[in-house]
Amino acid sequence: MSEPLLQVAGLTKRFGGVIAAEAIALAIPAGECHAVIGPNGAGKTTLVGLLAGEIAPERGSIRFDGRDITALAVPGRSQLGLARSFQITSLFADFTALDNVALAVQAHDGHSFRFLTDARRDAALREPARAALEAIGLGSRADARVDKLSHGEQRQLEIAVALATKPRLLLLDEPMAGLGSDESARMVAMLRRLKGSLTMVLIEHDMATVFALADRITVLVYGRVIASGDPAAVRADAAVREAYLGEQDARHG
Amino acid sequence: MKAALKVLGVPLPACWLAPRAALPAAVLALLGLVPVYAAATGDPFALTLFGRIEILSIAAISLNLIMGYGGMASFGHAAYLGIGGYAVGILWKEGITSGFVQWPAAIAVSALFALVVGALSLRTRGVYFIMITLAFAQMVYYVTQGLDRYGGDDGMTIGSRSGFAGLVDLNNATQLYYLCFALLLASLVLVSRVVNSRFGLVIQGARSNERRMRAIGISTFRYKLVCFVIAGALCGLSGALLANHTNFISPAMMYWTRSGDLMVMVILGGLGSLFGPVLGTVTYLLLEEALSRVTEYPGLFLGPGLLLVAIFLNGGIESLFGARRRE
Ligand SMILES: Nc1ncnc2c1ncn2[C@@H]1O[C@H](COP(=O)(O)OP(=O)(O)OP(=O)(O)O)[C@@H](O)[C@H]1O
Ligand SMILES: [Mg+2]
Repeated sequence: MSEPLLQVAGLTKRFGGVIAAEAIALAIPAGECHAVIGPNGAGKTTLVGLLAGEIAPERGSIRFDGRDITALAVPGRSQLGLARSFQITSLFADFTALDNVALAVQAHDGHSFRFLTDARRDAALREPARAALEAIGLGSRADARVDKLSHGEQRQLEIAVALATKPRLLLLDEPMAGLGSDESARMVAMLRRLKGSLTMVLIEHDMATVFALADRITVLVYGRVIASGDPAAVRADAAVREAYLGEQDARHG
Repeated sequence: MKAALKVLGVPLPACWLAPRAALPAAVLALLGLVPVYAAATGDPFALTLFGRIEILSIAAISLNLIMGYGGMASFGHAAYLGIGGYAVGILWKEGITSGFVQWPAAIAVSALFALVVGALSLRTRGVYFIMITLAFAQMVYYVTQGLDRYGGDDGMTIGSRSGFAGLVDLNNATQLYYLCFALLLASLVLVSRVVNSRFGLVIQGARSNERRMRAIGISTFRYKLVCFVIAGALCGLSGALLANHTNFISPAMMYWTRSGDLMVMVILGGLGSLFGPVLGTVTYLLLEEALSRVTEYPGLFLGPGLLLVAIFLNGGIESLFGARRRE
């Protein structure tokens, strides 16, 4: 195994005068859980948007599985095995939970120019979708409309939808945001189970979670990578302590 | 009502109580009985009025497919009524009276027009989409005004109805009525199948959350375009029926206010409900008929008034009966 699954070089994006990403370089081998941390406005969501194809970079390149995907649009990247969850929940709000997941399964089961058979009775879609919901603990809520689900359930559904596309790289933008402590714990346990079988980029604010899950950590501040390495090294890094961790430790400690 | 039945101890299956099934069934049964009523009273007017209701219901169903299920608010849908009608009228004028040629032509030309309009409009959103679809419809309107050979601005009377080699005789008002009825039922079945298929879920997903759609790996443009073409073709068929029903075509068929009427019918019935467009059309045309007996300008009150009702009901007539939409 030579090339990392995801390789990013020189990725740059500005919004007006705001530098959201400045010459970002990343190399994430298959199977790694790679956490990206940084203060509010550091450019974490922008990085996810750049990787998912939603935001076009001004400069830089993204290689995925040995292929340059810099110019590939969002749907194409999804088809290659790149999935994301949104920091602010983005689902089919007027669909049921099961329909949300089933549509994600359908999106990766050939084209959808099938007009006459009932997709809701299609075992090839419903069974994997139901299994994905069960796995995430939403089995009993399968037939509830998304806008009737609690915030925590919607966050879980985000992950189930992303997993239903059978990704090779999962981009998780603060999956624990707004969850209660029980829900958070369940989510962490689930991510731990996924670890190893799936390559992950995990954006997360909670340091305990990050250090529990991540194989390596990248620290972003003002769009720049100020440190990247294994957790122990990052924890010990002076610049990180000054720019970010120290601040957090002080706040929580 | 459910509680009352429980007290009575009548174990009816839940679906018998569901208004969402009962109301459409009742309306369709009544529509099916109109010729019986017309024959009994010897009054052919009911056939004319309800035949028109059936035909415009098909147009409204087609608009609901793109607007209600797909979130594509086309403000030029009457163009397809006109194109379907003119296909029949022009072919008749040129000596081709077979329905086996006229109707497929009406459907094909409408589909082609939808393909062009859709290709150019579906990448835009909101008010731009509305303006582009409106502009294309107005273009067809002005083109037909210039067709002097086919009556120009005044329109043209079609001398004979489409012939179907003795299979059905459209000069027989009852047969024409039942053909419209059968096509209305077929349209309902078609749309109910399509919206619940894989294709239909993509269309509804694109309406619900385009960004999520892309994130799960589907580029929606091609699907929306095909949906647009299906709706255009179905509305073209409705136009062919309308030309046969009135024996007349004119540019007025596709004036922008006609597109507005169709939108009102769909919104009134309940966007994205299968049977809503039929309810909306029935209500709209019956009210129009009633109002036309007391005022010279029924449209002046009808459109805006009904739109207010629909907005007030927030979900259209169908929602009055507790139906759940988009399922
Ligand atoms: N679409 C946009 N237009 C203009 N500015 C933007 C846009 N998106 C992000 N920004 C700016 O870019 C910077 C990085 O934003 P980003 O959302 O990537 O940060 P983040 O690290 O995800 O923050 P948070 O922890 O709050 O989620 C911020 O200053 C933000 O205001
Ligand atoms: Mg963010």
